[in-house]
Amino acid sequence: METTLQNVFDLAVTVNGTRYEQAVEPRILLSDFLRHDLGLTGTHVGCEHGVCGACTVLLDGEPVRSCLMFAVQAHGREVTTVEGLGTIDHLHPIQEAFQEAHGLQCGFCTPGILTTVKVFLEQNPNPSEEEIREALSGNLCRCTGYQHIVDAVQLAAEKMRK
Amino acid sequence: MIKKFIGKRVMRNEDPRLLTGQAQFVDDVEIPGMLHAAFLRSDYAHARLLSIDVSAARQHPGVVAVFTAEDMGDDWFPGPPLVSPPPTAKDVTFHSRRQVPLVKDKVRHAGEAIAVVIAESRYIAEDAVEDILVEFEPLEAVVDLEKALEVNSVLVHDDLESNLAAQMFQQKGDYEAARQQADLVIQRRIVIERGAAAAMENRGIVAHWDAKSQHLTIWDTTQAPIPIRNGTAARLGLSEHQVRVIAPFIGGGFGPKIMMFYAEELVIPWAAKKLNRPVKWIEDRRENFYATTQERGQVHDVEIALSRDGHILGLKDNFLHDTGAYDPYGLTIPLNTQSHDMGGYDIKNYSSEFKVVFTNKTIVTPVRGAGRPQGIFVIERMMDAAAKELGMDAVEIRKRNLIPPEAFPYEHKIIDQAFAPLIFDSGNYKAVVDKALDMIGYDKFVKEEQPHLRVDGKYVGIAIAPFVETTGVGPYEGARVTVEASGKINVATGIGTQGQGHFTSFAQIVAEQLGVEVNDVRIVTGDTTEFHWGTGTFASRGAVVAGNAVHAASSIVRKKILKLASKVLEAPEDELELEDGQVRVADIPQKSVSLGELAVLANPLRGAVEPGTEPGLESTAYFGPQYGATAFGTHAMILEVDPETMMIKIRRYVTVEDCGTVLNPLILEGQIHGGVSMGLGNAYYEKLHFDENGQLLNASFADYLVVSATEMPRIEVGHLETRSTLNELGAKGVGEAGAIPVPALFAQALENAFHDRKLEILEMPLSPNRLFELLNEEKSR
Repeated sequence: METTLQNVFDLAVTVNGTRYEQAVEPRILLSDFLRHDLGLTGTHVGCEHGVCGACTVLLDGEPVRSCLMFAVQAHGREVTTVEGLGTIDHLHPIQEAFQEAHGLQCGFCTPGILTTVKVFLEQNPNPSEEEIREALSGNLCRCTGYQHIVDAVQLAAEKMRK
Repeated sequence: MIKKFIGKRVMRNEDPRLLTGQAQFVDDVEIPGMLHAAFLRSDYAHARLLSIDVSAARQHPGVVAVFTAEDMGDDWFPGPPLVSPPPTAKDVTFHSRRQVPLVKDKVRHAGEAIAVVIAESRYIAEDAVEDILVEFEPLEAVVDLEKALEVNSVLVHDDLESNLAAQMFQQKGDYEAARQQADLVIQRRIVIERGAAAAMENRGIVAHWDAKSQHLTIWDTTQAPIPIRNGTAARLGLSEHQVRVIAPFIGGGFGPKIMMFYAEELVIPWAAKKLNRPVKWIEDRRENFYATTQERGQVHDVEIALSRDGHILGLKDNFLHDTGAYDPYGLTIPLNTQSHDMGGYDIKNYSSEFKVVFTNKTIVTPVRGAGRPQGIFVIERMMDAAAKELGMDAVEIRKRNLIPPEAFPYEHKIIDQAFAPLIFDSGNYKAVVDKALDMIGYDKFVKEEQPHLRVDGKYVGIAIAPFVETTGVGPYEGARVTVEASGKINVATGIGTQGQGHFTSFAQIVAEQLGVEVNDVRIVTGDTTEFHWGTGTFASRGAVVAGNAVHAASSIVRKKILKLASKVLEAPEDELELEDGQVRVADIPQKSVSLGELAVLANPLRGAVEPGTEPGLESTAYFGPQYGATAFGTHAMILEVDPETMMIKIRRYVTVEDCGTVLNPLILEGQIHGGVSMGLGNAYYEKLHFDENGQLLNASFADYLVVSATEMPRIEVGHLETRSTLNELGAKGVGEAGAIPVPALFAQALENAFHDRKLEILEMPLSPNRLFELLNEEKSR
C-alpha cells in the first residue's frame, strides 16, 4: 500500500468516543475508512450513491451518508456508527425494540436504520406512524416491507420515554 | 410441563449480532495481504471483441495482475448447466448456452465481464480498469422477444439457427374439445417486463488459497454454498475436501444469489490460486443492475373458455420467456409459470407451449416468485375479463372455480419445475378466500362505502386475488444434530441463510424435541466444512425441506438420549421427560441427569463399549419430499387513486395464508410483508427499462424505485392451517408467497377504481406515467 500513497492527509477523527489519528488518501470515502481502516464493519454499503441509506452514520450527531463523504471531511469531528450504540450484552433500547418487534431480517440495512432512528427519536420522542414512515423513507429495506420496522420504532420510542 | 416452541412468536437468536454490527458479511472479511479486484465490463449489449490491450493497466502502480480470457488458457471454459431440462418430458427443445468467465469472442449483454484487474486496493483496481483499451465491432442488439424469433433476426449465439433457446409443450385434458363446448371464449395478449431482485447487499467473493495447507477458502454471497464448493473443486482440479465455501451472513438473496456460477465466481478463486494471494471482489450497485440476474420478462397469448354460468372449461396459454444472453437455469421459470397458470382453480383442460428466447440482456434466473407471479397474473386477468363479459361478480366467478377441499390431493397431469408431477397435496381454498373477504369487509365496502366514496369523486377500488404457491421442492436437504458436553445443542445444515430466521426457526424445532431453550441451540448454515451434502436455499424450501431434516435428526437424538438416560437413571424410557436441559423421571423430579452429562457418558474416553455403538448423542438425517408441498393464499386490497397525479394510496391490505404448520408466526409475517413490498414494486414502481440497443436506462436506485416505507401500507395478516401430508412437520413454504399475487391484485383494484372507464390492464409493471397513458388511450378510443 505504501508505494501507492501519494497525497496523504493526516486525519484526526473521533469515532464512537475513540480518537484516531491516521494518514489517509484524500479520495478515501468515509464508509471505506470506517470499514476497512478502522475495522468498524457494522456500517454497510448498499448503493454507493446515497440512496439506500445502509451506510448512514452520525457526524456530530447528524445522520449522513458515509458513502457520499470523504474521510477527510470528518477531520476534527465526531462520528457515531452502529458499534457506538449498544453491545451484544447491553443492547441500546432501539436495538432491543428491533429484536422484540422483528424489525430486521437479513440485517444488512439495519445499521443505517438504527442510526437514523436514534436521531429521529431524540428529536421526536413520541412520533406518529406517518412521521415514522417519513423518517424511514431515506432507508431502503428489501426484506421486511417496513411494517415491523415501524413497529420497532414505536416500541423503541415507548422504551426511551420511560 | 413440556415446553412447546413450534408455532410461537420466538425472538430471533441471530439479532443481537446483526443489531450491533458484529455479524460478518462477505465484505467484512479481511485477510493480511489481500488484493482487490475490479472488472472491466462491456458498455455494448452486443459486439464482437476485436482486441484488448491491457499493457497500460499492467503498468499502473499498485496493480498486481490483469487477466483476460486469453490469460486463463485451458482454465477458460463456460460455467456448468445449473438446471438441466426435464429428463422425463417428451418433445423438449433445449439449447444450453452458459455464461463464460471473461468474454472471449463476442459480448452478449451490457455489463458482461471482459477483463479483471487485481490490485493492492479497489481504488487502484478501478483506476487501472480505465487504462484497458478494447476494440469492439458493435452489432445490432436483440431486445424484443417477438422480433428475436423472426427469421432475419441477428443471433445472440451465432452457432444456433435462431434465438430460440428452448421450447416445450404441456397439456392436460383436451383444450380444443373444451373450446367447442364453450359459451364464451376470451383471448388476450399479456406482457410482463423485468424487474430486479435488488437485495440490499450486492454480491461479493473473497478467495484465499493457502499453498502450504493446499486449501482454498471462499467466502461467497451465495444461497448455495455446497454446489459452489463442488463446482469450484471440479474446475480447479481439487478435492471437494480441499475447498471450503462459507456463505456467512448474507444481505438478502431473493433468487439471484443462487445463480451458479457467476462469471466472478469462476474468475476470483482461479485468480487467488494463480497469484497465491487472497483476492476480494465486491460488486457495486451499478454492476448489480447489469451483472446480477433478473426476471419476469414474458409475453402471453392466452385464451380462456367458459360456460355461461362462469365455469372454466379450459385454458390455453402460449408464451415467450426472456432468458437473456444465456440459459444456465434451464426451464425452471417457464415451468413454474405453467404450474401457476391455473391458479387454485379446477381446470380440466389446459394447453400451453412456451418458447424461451435468447436476448442481448442480463441473464434471467429466478427472482422471488420465479415465474409464479406471471402465471397468477395471467389467470387472474382472464378471470376478471370473464367476470366482466359474463356480468358476474368478481368474487363469485372465482369461488365457483376453486378446487374443492375433497379433491385433494389434486393432480394436474403436467410436470412442475422439479420435473415431478404437479400435485397440490392439501388445502381448503374456499375457507381462505372467505377469511380474506371477511377481514377486508368486502361486501360492506362494495355495498355501503364504495358508492358514497364514488359520489364524493373518489377513485377507490377493491380487489381479491387467490393464488397457489408450489414450495418445498426436492431433491433433499440434511442436518446433523449434536448434544455437546456443555449441554448445548449444535445443528449443522447444508443450506445458506439470507435473513429467513433459520437460526431461530430450526432452533425451535430442536428445542421442542430435546427440552432445551431456543437460545441453547446453535444453528450453523452456509459452511461446507460443517455439513457436506445439500443443494441450497431456493423455491421456498428452507423451512420445509431443511426444517424436516432438522426435525428428523433431532427425533433420533431424542431417542438416543432416552435410551442412555434410561440406563443411567434405571427407569423405563416412557417414564422419562426432557425439560430444561435435563432428563427427569416423571414422578421423581430429583432423579435426573443433564444432557451435558449424558453427552459425556455417550462418548467415553476409556473402557469398552457394546459392539455397534456409535459415539455421542448425535444424528444426521435427510429429508427429500416425493413432490413439493403447495401452499395457498388470498390477498385483498382497497386502493385509492388520485386521478390527476395517478399517485396511489392503499387504504387496506389483507393477506390470508395457508402454509400448513407455522413454525414462527413472527418470522412468517415478516416474510409476507417483505414479499408484498416486492410485489408492489413489480406492480407499480419497479421496471427495468432497456432501450433498443439493450442499454439499461435506470441502473441506479435513484432511477429504479424500490418501494420505501412511505409507499407501503400496513398489512393485516391472517392464517389458516391445513397441514401438508408430505412431511412430518406438516409445513409448506411461504418465502415467495407475499410477492406472487400482488400485480394481479393491483390490476383488479385499478380497474375497479376506474369502473366507469373501459380500463383493462394487460401489462406489468405499471407506473403512474403508464397508467396516465392507458387512461388517455381509453379516452381517445
